[in-house]
Amino acid sequence: MLEGTAAALAAQAFTGLVLGGIFVLLAIGLSLIFGLMTVVNFAHGALYMLGAYFGFFLLGLTGSFWVALALAPLMVGVLGLGIERFMVRRLYGRSVDDPLLLTFGLSLVFVEAARVIWGKTGLTLDPPRALAGFVDLGFVVFPTYRLFVIGVTAAVLLGLWLFLARTNVGLVIRAGSRDPLMVRALGIDVGRVWLLVFGLGAALAGLAGILAGPMRGVYAEMGVTIIIESFVVVVVGGMGSLTGAVVAGLLIGEVVSLTTFFAPKLADIVVFLVMAAVLLLRPSGLFGEAGLLE
Amino acid sequence: MRAALDAVVAQVRAHPVAAFLLVFALFPFLAPYHALATQVLIHGLFALGFNLLYGYTGLLSFGHAAYYGLGAYGTGIALARLGWSSLWAGLAAGVGLALVGGAVIGFFCLRRRGIYFAMLTLAFAQLLYFIGFHLKEWTGGDDGLRGIPALPLTLGPLALPLDTSLRFYYFALALVTLAVAALRRILDSPFGAVLEAIRENTARAVACGYDVTRVKLLSFVFSAGFAGLAGALDALRLTVVPIEALYWTTSGQVVIMTLLGGAGTFFGPFVGAAAFLVLEDRLAVITESWPLVIGAIFVLFVLFLPQGLWGTLLQRLAPRGAARPAPAASVAGARPSAP
Repeated sequence: MLEGTAAALAAQAFTGLVLGGIFVLLAIGLSLIFGLMTVVNFAHGALYMLGAYFGFFLLGLTGSFWVALALAPLMVGVLGLGIERFMVRRLYGRSVDDPLLLTFGLSLVFVEAARVIWGKTGLTLDPPRALAGFVDLGFVVFPTYRLFVIGVTAAVLLGLWLFLARTNVGLVIRAGSRDPLMVRALGIDVGRVWLLVFGLGAALAGLAGILAGPMRGVYAEMGVTIIIESFVVVVVGGMGSLTGAVVAGLLIGEVVSLTTFFAPKLADIVVFLVMAAVLLLRPSGLFGEAGLLE
Repeated sequence: MRAALDAVVAQVRAHPVAAFLLVFALFPFLAPYHALATQVLIHGLFALGFNLLYGYTGLLSFGHAAYYGLGAYGTGIALARLGWSSLWAGLAAGVGLALVGGAVIGFFCLRRRGIYFAMLTLAFAQLLYFIGFHLKEWTGGDDGLRGIPALPLTLGPLALPLDTSLRFYYFALALVTLAVAALRRILDSPFGAVLEAIRENTARAVACGYDVTRVKLLSFVFSAGFAGLAGALDALRLTVVPIEALYWTTSGQVVIMTLLGGAGTFFGPFVGAAAFLVLEDRLAVITESWPLVIGAIFVLFVLFLPQGLWGTLLQRLAPRGAARPAPAASVAGARPSAP
């Protein structure tokens, strides 16, 4: 009996890691875009949703999950480039609230457009046959696809870290989130970096969407709840802090998953209780610097 | 012609509450149908509350559904669950609950400034939505709170049944006019001047020695109170509170209405509510996908008409050299780091 509970708990903890991975992918994009441009991208949830739908579309077109997994984030990334270049860019120099309002409007448009194109009922996205089974990890039997999601998330995080820490563009991004004025004074075209980061953040959201699709289903409102939870992740981690996004994402994933196990009714609410506690005890978030980017 | 127009504009500016009452006393006969007129009035009040916080104080709340919903559920629960038999007591319960909710949530949200504020208000509103969803015994959960009685309006020994939509409209109009007068009073007070000082330059307001956090919190609580009254009136109008009252789409709607009309303008919220609801009413006949159209219009407004319908009109009508209307919050406080 006790052993059974322990195994179920371990499975639930692993599920929390998967959910946390999805949160991390979303929160990192949000945090990067915010850190660099002080833009809160409300459309991030809608881009996540579009990632899943583009994946569904590409899977139907090509028959290959792998092609869909590679191309859907790219498509969302290109959409992100367009949003920055033709819309958000016009709002630099106006209030910080304006990009938030703009992207809120865009999210309404995207969600409704998805309903028009793909219908109101949810779709299912099948993982490839190679990932369909279960793996016996010794202490718990876990769906292969979920392990795959953890692996992809870890690989993307590693790649992102290398990109930010080791490349020149990464250096400019980090410098730009510290002091954009100084970066411009050094003769660097920050506009291009902003464009790139917005596209990158959008692509990460799209990736999170197609990864989540086979687990959570594909429907037009799928981005709504998760974007609010991702906001909480960013607030808990400390806005603009990538370490914070990773730690808080995994933390919230675990908290949600374990609460679902022990007290299912509280699962929707516990995220916000964690947020309230962090706000009371450490208003700038776990890894945020007080006063930074406010 | 221009002189006559200027005279009208000057009169409206000098007596905004009277102008409001005059226009809305006639409004049911101009609107497509009475129910829509009441909806415009109540959602205009909701947007007025939001506008106090966003347009005048510069704080963008994405969670005003919380206070509208608390107002609706407070009134609904008092009348349908607790069996209170007075319309006024029911309304007071709703407004009171919204004020308390505003004070508690405002305290938390104001611990972070700037853009965090919007995210926090949204998160707390979503928290209330889930609580409402799970507290089935009190709120009816997913099915909504049903069975709110249609109580007569009592004033001393007088009792007037609010059994036609036109009667309910004028009852709501009386209360909304009081709210409009209260807002005018708030904005004309020294407190109102501090609000606008905070919107224009928070650092300077701090330097002038104002307790900015306290002033913001008061503005938040007033704003929640107006939203709560709107929710309470809507509960009476519909005799049911749907769970969507607390949902984020309700928060989004009030943002859209206020921005369409013109944030930071006195009548903008009502203009925006009318524009939104009439548009929704007409579009819903043509297409199921009306949110797509409204979303696209909203995006165009943010990009190209940030002062909204009423704000833009005011700017056109402002006589040369005279004091211009307060600019929309969106043009205030530009970031120094942006190109």
